[in-house]
Amino acid sequence: MTARVLLIEDEPNITEAIRFILSRDGCDVTALADGAGAIAAVQAAKPDLVILDLMLPGVSGLEILAQLRADPATKTLPVMMLTAKGQGRDREAAERAGASHFMTKPFSNDDMRAAVRALTGG
Amino acid sequence: MPFNILVLSCLAYVIFLFGVAWAAERRADRGRLGWLQSPLIYTLSLSIYCTAWTFYGAVGYAARSGLEFLTIYLGPTIVFIGWWWVLRKLVRIGRQQRVTSIADLISSRFGKSNLLGVIVTVIAVVAATPYIALQLQSVTLSFSVFASPTDDGFAPPGTEATAVWVACGLALFTILFGTRNLDAKEQHHGIVTAIAVEAVVKLIALIAVGMFVVWGMADGPADMIARISASDVADWKLQPGRWAGLLFAAGAAVICLPRMFQVMVVENADERHLATASWAFPLYLFAMSLFIVPIAVMGLERLPATANPDMFVLTLPLAEGQGALAMLAFLGGFSSATSMVIVESIALATMVSNHIVMPVWLRLRPAKAVSGDVRRLVLLSRRISIGVVLGFGYAYYRMSGGSTALAAIGLIAFVGVAQFLPAMIFGIFWRGATRIGAALGMTVGFVVWAYTLFLPSFGPDAVIPAMVFIEGPFGIEWLRPRALFGVATMDPLLHALFWSMVLNTAAFLTGSLFTFPGPVERMQGAAFVRVFDTTSGSPRGWERGLADPEDLLVMSQRIMGDDDALMFFEAEAKGQGKAGYLPDPTPDFMARLERRLAGSVGAATAHAMMSQLAGRATVTVEDLMAVASESAQIMEYSARLESQQEEVTRTARALREANEKLMQLSIQKDAFLSQISHELRTPMTSIRAFSEILTEGDLPPEMVANYGRIIHDEAKRLTRLLDDLLDLSVLENGTVQLNLGLANLSPMIDRALASASHTKPERSFVIHRDLPMENIFIRTDADRLVQVFINLISNARKYCDATAPELRISVRQRGGRVTVDFADNGSGIPKASQALIFEKFARLTDQTRAGGAGLGLAICREVMANLGGTITYLPGQGGAAFRVAVPLRLERKAD
Repeated sequence: MTARVLLIEDEPNITEAIRFILSRDGCDVTALADGAGAIAAVQAAKPDLVILDLMLPGVSGLEILAQLRADPATKTLPVMMLTAKGQGRDREAAERAGASHFMTKPFSNDDMRAAVRALTGG
Repeated sequence: MPFNILVLSCLAYVIFLFGVAWAAERRADRGRLGWLQSPLIYTLSLSIYCTAWTFYGAVGYAARSGLEFLTIYLGPTIVFIGWWWVLRKLVRIGRQQRVTSIADLISSRFGKSNLLGVIVTVIAVVAATPYIALQLQSVTLSFSVFASPTDDGFAPPGTEATAVWVACGLALFTILFGTRNLDAKEQHHGIVTAIAVEAVVKLIALIAVGMFVVWGMADGPADMIARISASDVADWKLQPGRWAGLLFAAGAAVICLPRMFQVMVVENADERHLATASWAFPLYLFAMSLFIVPIAVMGLERLPATANPDMFVLTLPLAEGQGALAMLAFLGGFSSATSMVIVESIALATMVSNHIVMPVWLRLRPAKAVSGDVRRLVLLSRRISIGVVLGFGYAYYRMSGGSTALAAIGLIAFVGVAQFLPAMIFGIFWRGATRIGAALGMTVGFVVWAYTLFLPSFGPDAVIPAMVFIEGPFGIEWLRPRALFGVATMDPLLHALFWSMVLNTAAFLTGSLFTFPGPVERMQGAAFVRVFDTTSGSPRGWERGLADPEDLLVMSQRIMGDDDALMFFEAEAKGQGKAGYLPDPTPDFMARLERRLAGSVGAATAHAMMSQLAGRATVTVEDLMAVASESAQIMEYSARLESQQEEVTRTARALREANEKLMQLSIQKDAFLSQISHELRTPMTSIRAFSEILTEGDLPPEMVANYGRIIHDEAKRLTRLLDDLLDLSVLENGTVQLNLGLANLSPMIDRALASASHTKPERSFVIHRDLPMENIFIRTDADRLVQVFINLISNARKYCDATAPELRISVRQRGGRVTVDFADNGSGIPKASQALIFEKFARLTDQTRAGGAGLGLAICREVMANLGGTITYLPGQGGAAFRVAVPLRLERKAD
């Protein structure tokens, strides 16, 4: 079965890289450039995994995560947080908010692939 | 001497004065005041007291009435030596309240009452008219005396024509130099310096003629004294009443004459100058009076009995064949007349425009009062007023027939302005003096003066029918103009002086005792009477937070001019510990702003304009009086408490702000590191991911090319960020190497515009420039300055949200600084964000990743600090506007 991944990331080049890596690994990747429509997109696309950047224009990634966790339908949905800040504080905050996995930029492509496989049960 | 040579000499002299005034003005503009503000110049400028009347008329006076002429010199001497403490108080009040004229002083003292301003202005204009006529008459007379023995065919034109030309020439000179600056407190350095030069010329001229008389015509002082004893002048008998009256009138005049007030108070730059003047000015008067009697005696002895004694100074050297000396004497007289007319008409024009034209205009167009261009209107009304004042003088000269002795005309003016004395002196020493009292006193005094002295001076039947002098109006004998209340034996001048002053003072005291001062009046009264009492807080008229500082700024720009207003507001904001141009509207600030505006448009008008913005438009002084006249005392007391409260609040605020700043700095440091990490990691992520993809191999060539390009772009972005960070760190540490050189501003702006056009090249911008103004050579680091310009222009291209975007680049040079303003027509930067934009990574709109990491303006700020300049956001300009200020000559690197 093809894993469907929703990627919410504002840097177009990073989006392109993740899309390429995951597509080659057999995922179906949908991308979103800002956090405003994130909740609606999750409800519509019903992805198997959400990859969420922490610092998004408009709404912050943590807020989106908190909203997803508050909704029973998405309470257990796997969410991977991505951040370029990479301080310990940010990791703790993400885990408290219910992130399934936390990944710092820059990442190795193998780590990314492995984490996605683990989260989508592939 | 041929008439045309005479005219040429006058013209040459006027052009010389013009040059002096111009040079002084230039010096003052460059901020190098130096000796322009010395006590010597101040004392010499006071000598406009000695007009053509003292120059020519004193000799005539001595020839006709003996030593009585001395009163004209003794009156001011007594005031300067014995009453200097009154003068010091006047000068202190004038400086503290930014008083623009004697009308402004009196209006301001009595609750900024415009009625009083009008009364004083009317009296001053009417009283000055014969005085100005006197100057025109003496210049005209000296012209005709000088030019009459012509034998080479150049007959002088009619005296009327001469008088017209003299009046027009003086009006032109006065307008050119007296109405260049608007704020009266900016002072007329050019005029004052020219007048100081004229003071020297007239003193030298009179002494030269005197020495010629004593040593050239007589055989030294001993012979001269013998001749004086033998002449009619020695038979002079002291008339105690007239002597005392004239002393009083001359003493009052030196305080009350609008032109004396102008040079003594308005043009005063330093209170200590008065200390020098208190002995130096009497000394000057003494020197001026030293040779009067010898010249008069010698004139009576040598010249035919038909010769006009008023012209002895001129006719004696001429009769002795001393052409050059006569020419010097002529220029001395010319100097005396011109300096008086120039300052008098400036002083009167300021009064007319501030107390009559502006209030009328404000009432007619109240809605536009705050937004219209007030400066042009004020200047225009002053220029027209100067013309009108001189026109009146000329008309009086024609009407009075130009025949009266000079001294008699001057005394009429002295008694006229003496009517201000009770209101002024009581006003600054007695808190119980009221507006009604002042208005009553001055009006009564003025009417009595006009009826007993001024109108009769036109001659019987000219204004007042001859029968009235004999039988009184309507046959009422005790109302005869020369014998009021049946006092028929008095000298007419003394009679007028006595009755006008007695009735004036009586009306003033009665009015003051029977009316109660309103609150504004009480506060002003306290401020005036206790001007030296520094411990009591200055009375406050404004409540906190009623006016929007940006509105105040916009209004002040209309009145003071953009630069001065911005400078004033910036300094005020700095004083409150705030950056930028918008101080809190504290009562202190409002009061200072009001005084500053009062310097331009007068106290009453400034108060009215501020009231409109402070939401008090409908509350008049009269309303306030009705509501709060009972509680005036309490208000004053609470004002003092409030000032202490204010002090405590200010200290607490300063402490709180310092603490917040420290905390912010610590938070900022963390945030900065976190930001740098983020900004570095983002391009690194792309580079790492794509380079791994490329090493994994088997990609179609076009994808390899595409991913290669992304890696390249991101690497460049990383480099740019590192460059910016390094640049910023070098600039902040002050270790930057500046490449100083002389460069023209205009090509710098060209370069910046060309460079910035790569930012959003698809947007077409209309650029407004003023090329002639840009043609300035600056000694600076041109590349660094261009870097700042590029940043500002690029920002405008990126963020200006107007549909038809425009950018206006305007350049001004002022003192040793050049400012370049960049203003676009977008919606500008919201007030809350204005303080943030110069901080690192302070990108206001996160979405538009318009390139750069948000370090642009932070770098600009550091560059400008290194160039010894500033970059600031200019609020209230419509769109986003930035001002770059650089020193004209950067000698070495600034700290």
